[in-house]
Amino acid sequence: MSKSVFSSPSLSKHPGLDEWVSVGADGRVSIRSGKVDIGQRISTALAMIAAEELDIPLDRIDMVRTVTGEAPDEGITSGSNSMMESGSAVRLATATARRHMLALAAELLGVGADTLDVDDGLIQSRETNRSATYAEIQGDKAFEIDVDPDVDVKDPETHKIVGEKIAPLGLSEIVTGSYRFLHDMKMPGMLHARIVRPPHYNARLKTMNDETTDRLRQSGIEIVRDGSFIAVAGADEFAVIRAAERLFAACDWDMSGALSEDDVFERLTANPRESRPVENDGVPQDKPVPPLADPPEGAAATLEARYDKPYHAHASMGPSAGCAIWQDDGLQIWSHSQGVYFLRDAVAEAFDIDPETVRIEHVPGAGCYGHNGADDVAFDAALVARALPGKPIMLKWTREEEHAWAPYATATSMKLRASLDPDGKVIDWNHESYGDTFNMRPRSGPNMAGAARLLSGRFRENPPPEFIPQPAMVRHMGIHRNLDPLYVFPNKRLVKNLVRDLPLRTSALRTLGAFGNVFAIESFMDELAEAAGIDPVTFRLNHLEDTRGREVLEAVAARMDFGADDGIGRGIAFAQYKNLKAYAAVGVELEVNDAAEVKLRRAVLAGDAGEIVDRDGVAAQYDGGFLQAASWTINEQVTWDRDGITSRDWETYPILGFDNVPEIETILIERPGVPFLGAGEAVSGPAGAAIANAIYNATGLRLRRMPFTPDAIREAAMDA
Amino acid sequence: MDLTTLTINGEVRDIDCDPATPLIYVLRNDLDLTGAKLGCGLEQCGACAVLVDGKATLCCNRPVGEFAGKEVVTVEALENDTVGAAVQKAFIAEGAAQCGYCTAGLVIAATSLLKANAAPDRDAIIAGLEEHLCRCGSHARVIAAIGRAAKEIGNV
Repeated sequence: MSKSVFSSPSLSKHPGLDEWVSVGADGRVSIRSGKVDIGQRISTALAMIAAEELDIPLDRIDMVRTVTGEAPDEGITSGSNSMMESGSAVRLATATARRHMLALAAELLGVGADTLDVDDGLIQSRETNRSATYAEIQGDKAFEIDVDPDVDVKDPETHKIVGEKIAPLGLSEIVTGSYRFLHDMKMPGMLHARIVRPPHYNARLKTMNDETTDRLRQSGIEIVRDGSFIAVAGADEFAVIRAAERLFAACDWDMSGALSEDDVFERLTANPRESRPVENDGVPQDKPVPPLADPPEGAAATLEARYDKPYHAHASMGPSAGCAIWQDDGLQIWSHSQGVYFLRDAVAEAFDIDPETVRIEHVPGAGCYGHNGADDVAFDAALVARALPGKPIMLKWTREEEHAWAPYATATSMKLRASLDPDGKVIDWNHESYGDTFNMRPRSGPNMAGAARLLSGRFRENPPPEFIPQPAMVRHMGIHRNLDPLYVFPNKRLVKNLVRDLPLRTSALRTLGAFGNVFAIESFMDELAEAAGIDPVTFRLNHLEDTRGREVLEAVAARMDFGADDGIGRGIAFAQYKNLKAYAAVGVELEVNDAAEVKLRRAVLAGDAGEIVDRDGVAAQYDGGFLQAASWTINEQVTWDRDGITSRDWETYPILGFDNVPEIETILIERPGVPFLGAGEAVSGPAGAAIANAIYNATGLRLRRMPFTPDAIREAAMDA
Repeated sequence: MDLTTLTINGEVRDIDCDPATPLIYVLRNDLDLTGAKLGCGLEQCGACAVLVDGKATLCCNRPVGEFAGKEVVTVEALENDTVGAAVQKAFIAEGAAQCGYCTAGLVIAATSLLKANAAPDRDAIIAGLEEHLCRCGSHARVIAAIGRAAKEIGNV
């Protein structure tokens, strides 16, 4: 055993061991967590941690579904926090459970606890031949003790499960089609429902053709209306889909409040905004922004550049779905939300009911990568269920709804200026980021702050007051996530700007502002390196003191042949997510072909996520995160006109296909016994910048506005 | 309503439904075969793929009547198919899924490909996945899994 370096904020809210762990009479162990599976394999990692500490095989662990009122409330499954929060809590909880059961066994067997070993849940004494099982000692009994935050945990050198490459829980069911997503749920008497959405955010219903509504009702379709929230429900799913289409055609909309078609990148730096200086390792300050001073005297060179990133969609493969039933004793919802407790409180707020009467059970959906339509559709289902009490309502969004109505990651602009001294050292660093909010998850609060952030609330007869987001002031949150570089620069001036009056609905998408900020910082580092006449790797290392950061950067650099003269463009980039979570360095090799298409050839990823539990799961976060970020970088942008969103499917919002997948080599740095850092978002920012840097290396074109489509490359070539 | 006779996973089934109903709804709602997923309803993403006479076919937008008289095989029945079972095993070995929503369609596409071409090179594998999307970024693992399955089948 070894002294634990692991700690979890979840334990201060949920200190009781019984909240996390229970042992059944059959010797199976149940683990409860507030963090949910969204494709990132957190359940697998938590099960591995528990099995390791308890000395039982993995298949004796049951991961219990996250349900409000039953699971620990660990907030949202987001921010790469799950391993640090839930992983550490489960490690300390299961270590406490093991120690407790060994003490009870020692008493029962009349031997010293230090003479006991555990194998497969069987506790044996080394001094006698007596033994007891976890089930005999603890089966179906409450622990009635708290998790000891200082409990000794397994010495990493003795780990048999943690750090191994295993198949994730559920994968064999996924490949055989027996894994049950929320979309696959069926209940007796269940009705399917669909929404009739207005054409755009501000459109409101004027009239509905009575003939159509009568005909639909006669055919057995239920019509639910609350202001401009309109839904149809019925037993046959396809009939309901067609009914929704017919009813939409029968609606007359007030189209005032058209979306602004102004160039959003102009608006980002011209609109009214809330500006805050960011200091002290990434914390916004409630004080005026200092003016931008002239470059320092003695500067050998001063560079300025502006980088832009468009709106991005979560674009989940499965349109979001929710299921709900409204009964006399309360509201039950099944949801693939990342934050069932937040959702519960927001829904209760919207209906003005006691949150304790709302029960939300998490059921897996398609990968969401942040605040997609999951919470909204759960509320939609609840709205329909409330109008049709006693009937289970399965409401699925359409592909169009997921693309056009789920929140987006805001477009962002990053303006940078830096000066170099004659030795090529940065002596002055300015970075201002501009964007809309990332903070629109339905979190309840004053003025119905939760209800106001559920999409359909605004269309109801009596909508909650509009929610006006304020600048997030937490360290590395929202627009200022990774705004503060990990490099050691003197004279940093960092500013976040929350821009008002932008056209689209925005909220959290994987990495929040970090993707744009790291794209800008790491592109600019290459521009500065060139101005200094120093190679990009050395230039970074000259400004990087963090030894773990240096290690991942050097690991990638060692696998890249930057000097090769073979027509391949090579680029590198680096960041530590939030300057606190996992480290990632990315090397990219690509070609820009005659059709001005970026063709990815090879990617080298190096990561340091602290102690590795689920080895292949961590690797998947790096290689999968790289490909998703490559898609954002090369392919994606949300489009709209005055009448609404125009990127409404996979043709109008094209993502990376199988025809642009590089060979990927992923290097994970071993850190046994070191706190978990959370790997889910580390690679995204560096991926975008490494691609930009490789395009420059291949073509001499410095692309500063995503996406890097053939049109963008041709335009840059014409300007060059 | 009309009666449509389908052969699904080797069984003849009479389905009573509006003949305009796309096959996916019949599979998922009437036959409780929920492996195939509705991703778009527009034949743009591949999540709904099933084997029709051995060939991967999207079924989210084609009426059930078009499948009458044809052999439809869904992901649930692939365990009994040498190629299908090898593909499923290879997907597990390569960890070739994250959320898993697109996976059934990819397993079907891979099975279809390997039935037509037992030893596809990387370009052939990619061409076989042309109609499919993945959002979690499992692409490289899927390509590797199909290569692995081809090898396994070749070694039998």
